[in-house]
Amino acid sequence: MQTQAPATPRLLIKGARKAYPAVVANDGIDLTVMPGEIHAVLGENGAGKSTLMKIIYGVIRPDEGELHWEGLRVSVANPAQARALGIGMVFQHFSLFETLTVVQNVALALPGKFDLASLATRIEEVSERYGLPVDPRRLVHALSVGERQRVEIIRCLLQNPKLLILDEPTSVLTPQAVRKLFETLRQLAAEGCSILYISHKLDEIQELCHTATVLRGGKVTGTCTPSLETPQTMARMMIGEDLPVCHHGEPEDGGEVRLRIEGLSHATEDPFGTHLKNINLTVRSGEILGIAGVSGNGQQELLKAISGEEPLTDRRAIQICGVPVGRLSPAGRRSLGMCFVPEERLGRGAVPRLTLTENILLTAYRKGMLFAGLIRFGVAKRFAEDCIARFDVKCGGAGSEAKSLSGGNLQKFIVGREIMQNPKVLVLAQPTWGVDVGAASFIRRSLLELRNSGTAILVISEELDELFEICDRLTVIAKGSLSPTIVTSETGVEEIGIWMSGLWPSSEASEGDSHVA
Amino acid sequence: MDLSFFTSILFATIVAGTPLIIVALGELVTEKSGVLNLGAEGTMSVGAVAAFAVAHHTGNPALGILAGMAAGMLMSLIFAFSALTLVANQVASGLALSIFGIGLAAFVGKPYESVALASVVPLKIPLLHRIPVIGPAFFEQQALVYFSWVMLAAVAWFLYRSRAGLILRAVGESPVAAHSIGYKVVRIRYQAVLFGGAMAGIGGAFLSVFYTPMWVEGMVAGRGWIALALVVFATWRPLRVMVGAYLFGGCMVTQMFVQGSGMKINIPAQFLSALPYAATVLVLVLISRNRGTIRLNSPASLGQPFLPDA
Amino acid sequence: MWLRFEPRAEPSRLMRYLSPIIAVALMLASGMVLFMLLGKSPMEGFKVFFLNPLKDSYGVAELFLKATPLMLCAVGLAVGFRANVWNIGAEGQLLVGALAGGWLALHFEGSNSPLLLPGMIVAGALGGMLWASIPALLRTRFNANEILTSLMLVYIAELMVSWLVHGPWKDPDGFNFPQTKLFTAKALLPVLMPGTRVNAALFIAIAALIAGWVFMNRSFMGYQMKVAGQAEHASRYAGFSAKRSVWLGMLVGGGMAGIAGISEVAGPIGQITEHISPGYGFAAMIVAFVGRLSPVGIFFASLLMALLYMGGEQAQQYLNLPYSISKVFQGMLLFFLLGSDVFINFRVRLLRRINK
Repeated sequence: MQTQAPATPRLLIKGARKAYPAVVANDGIDLTVMPGEIHAVLGENGAGKSTLMKIIYGVIRPDEGELHWEGLRVSVANPAQARALGIGMVFQHFSLFETLTVVQNVALALPGKFDLASLATRIEEVSERYGLPVDPRRLVHALSVGERQRVEIIRCLLQNPKLLILDEPTSVLTPQAVRKLFETLRQLAAEGCSILYISHKLDEIQELCHTATVLRGGKVTGTCTPSLETPQTMARMMIGEDLPVCHHGEPEDGGEVRLRIEGLSHATEDPFGTHLKNINLTVRSGEILGIAGVSGNGQQELLKAISGEEPLTDRRAIQICGVPVGRLSPAGRRSLGMCFVPEERLGRGAVPRLTLTENILLTAYRKGMLFAGLIRFGVAKRFAEDCIARFDVKCGGAGSEAKSLSGGNLQKFIVGREIMQNPKVLVLAQPTWGVDVGAASFIRRSLLELRNSGTAILVISEELDELFEICDRLTVIAKGSLSPTIVTSETGVEEIGIWMSGLWPSSEASEGDSHVA
Repeated sequence: MDLSFFTSILFATIVAGTPLIIVALGELVTEKSGVLNLGAEGTMSVGAVAAFAVAHHTGNPALGILAGMAAGMLMSLIFAFSALTLVANQVASGLALSIFGIGLAAFVGKPYESVALASVVPLKIPLLHRIPVIGPAFFEQQALVYFSWVMLAAVAWFLYRSRAGLILRAVGESPVAAHSIGYKVVRIRYQAVLFGGAMAGIGGAFLSVFYTPMWVEGMVAGRGWIALALVVFATWRPLRVMVGAYLFGGCMVTQMFVQGSGMKINIPAQFLSALPYAATVLVLVLISRNRGTIRLNSPASLGQPFLPDA
Repeated sequence: MWLRFEPRAEPSRLMRYLSPIIAVALMLASGMVLFMLLGKSPMEGFKVFFLNPLKDSYGVAELFLKATPLMLCAVGLAVGFRANVWNIGAEGQLLVGALAGGWLALHFEGSNSPLLLPGMIVAGALGGMLWASIPALLRTRFNANEILTSLMLVYIAELMVSWLVHGPWKDPDGFNFPQTKLFTAKALLPVLMPGTRVNAALFIAIAALIAGWVFMNRSFMGYQMKVAGQAEHASRYAGFSAKRSVWLGMLVGGGMAGIAGISEVAGPIGQITEHISPGYGFAAMIVAFVGRLSPVGIFFASLLMALLYMGGEQAQQYLNLPYSISKVFQGMLLFFLLGSDVFINFRVRLLRRINK
């Protein structure tokens, strides 16, 4: 920190409280951020981090509490006022408009004269100065996720912020890009800008942040200097206990091939989508194959091709237990023993406004729940109750609406529903995204158990830590192509990170299951 | 076919297309903000009746147009309250507005069904109206015809050249993102809906005060719905709205073609009257089959409810 | 903001049932205001509009007669609406159904076959389905919005009826009136109560409501359509066919509307004229919404809507008001329903302005 000892805090929050009908998201939060400080707000999903940031940025209004900005008490009524104070925010789910250009997007957040040409020049200047390359004239939907984040950051920087808020900024970046981002942030802090860095990743916070405030269940459970702590001590503050550890166990070799993808190329109709190019992979019985990659590189398209939501022309492109299924509907593929857990829980994996019993019917109806076209609700209800008990789903019973469950409990329910159908192949997308630590480790343990009982499992995830924890083999998707497959124990975060930017040894990429060391 | 016949066809086509341009431009702005208002037919009907009544009582067609506009705005306010403030289903709210408006117009308009209105003398544009053939067709029209051209340019400029238009498009693209950077989504959408209502009211007023000029129940005859289809046909672009509107206008005056061409073919009048409706179905099919075009041009949040978290 | 809506943790079941009742109450209240504005006594207006129609058994029979086509159309539409299949062209499907069945009646004029009437009903259903299959095809094959296409087909159907009764099907002995010959006795639906006009189509409508209830609440296909309506992505994820939902929603809606058309031309009208339906196909949409897209609700809502039609007639006769007043009431009812539905999912708080 550059300023002298008894400096005025840039931001001081006292007793912030925000209650929603179902939950108290913030309960008496205190926070102090000094000029030039990189301050972490640490907490797991649902701890109240995002709510706190939205209060600071004026998106939502607190029920109680005081906010002091550079020593003066203020009330931030809306984001425009926050920006006028000198607060900038980079959202986790970007607040960009896909059909507009970069410069139009930036203009929307800036007050003053509407002059796109001179604004474009200013964007180029800032992007030069902070090492954030981006072309101001391009349409946002044509940008990669990393580029979009740069647009968001530039948009903030153009307003010369005194406080920059970043909400989980690294979840969309490769390890190498994370390092570049950290350089930019350190440069900003050195220039006197305060940074509020929201994350649940302990190692990053240790590396970057000067101070950390830890939240749990909407309350502050501690403040600390990350460099003086260990990940274990911070984890204890964050979740109230030690981080659970998964025991991976040795994979069994030589199971039969359950899922084979052969020369899958598919052009998507979505103008914002990614085309799939010559994808090859196999998943054997009793193993977990992980697909890493930065989001927006074809994961959605690949998943839809595997699940059958996007019909293919080539029958043989996808084979389940040796049966070509490229042209089968999702229902047809399910009846061959494939189950899916989609990334989007509410609205895709479950219908928000239906009860858990009715949500069981969504995919498990083959398990004796139909008779002459009519529904046997008794059977479905028993299945739902079983699932709730076996997978420790906290809810008001089989009659509660899917919408009323927390993210972690709903995910346990959906994973449970799919596992209880005894799948031969299970495909999961982001199985623990946005899920609390306890539920995440429960889900990972369940997957390992399922693998040990002989199911072939394919996991597509953006969380490298997770993939390294549970997968037997790894591959990477970038720009719609798949890297070679590699045994997890023979690689590391660094190598996978390079592959994630599309740079992998290309020659041997033709055979899906060739092991490249 | 002689030239004066061609001129009169052109003239009639422009007249028939004018209410469609006006209404469709209003709906286009509404939809660009992400709101689907299916109430154009009802709004036009009420606008037509209000305009007719005021024009009849005051003898001033301009006051009639203003009344139509005001009535249209009031109608769209009902819709906006239902769909934006109460976050009710936009499709159902729009249908309700159409049903309600058609009924209300019939109810209010009953006493005026036997009343005639003096036809309004057109406005000649100096010099331009002397251009042979097209001059009389384009430049000896009612003031609202010129208004439709001015509005076309204004809407195009607004959407693609002004900051406010950029904000409107941003709101239609992603209300959540617009809200998170501090725009008042609901207020902006209210303004867009009110503009759409005003234009639909003026479109209705044009029908009853200039076009026919009289009021009968059901005289809007689906033009509100056709205007909705026009917006899709135009892939949400103002200039194409005009092209489409005149194509439809041409369709609506086919009876003139047939009579004037001296053809001896005996086509029942109902077949000719059905043409614009059949054409609407056809253009919807032609435009909609390319999903990519629709996705790229339609406002991404169209018809989606938005409730800011507070 | 002076009104603030807070989402409820769970939707209120009480409000689900209360909301239509609130809507009706609001409609009655604003109806009284409307009568007052028109210089009529509100109590008198209320009496004429809502009580007069039901003062004798003939009136009650008329209520059921008018409710029949509404029930038929609404239950069919509800099947589609639940799946977000917006068939708003029931009016046109009703007309084409009437034409298809009516053609049979005219073609086999004087036939004594007991199969004639069932044949007409089947033909009516098929006619309605045929008309509904056009938007279904255009939606599933070309992605064309069914709202606009189904509506355009209403205008085309109306013109088709007009052409037939003015031209090829015109009764040669009808003094040049635009109408067909009267149907013969075997081609008419039997009247249930002597001295009234309520006919056997009421039984078909009630059977349709029961079948609709089983389909919506107990069948897997009904479940699939519910999922399609509430969460399109979930439906795709589960592998339910979206096209099948669209086809089924449109065809059921069209078929039912077609039967409703028969219930009119082979019922109270007894021939094909230019005025087969006073907007039953559109009013049925209101019935479907007010009835919460459920057959039990539709039963009551269609009686209410029939009452509005009859009240309009009474108001015309005794209060010297245009018949279209019933449409004003219909529209208001739907708005009030949509408005009061907000309380199902939200709790409303009045806020005082916070001073900075």
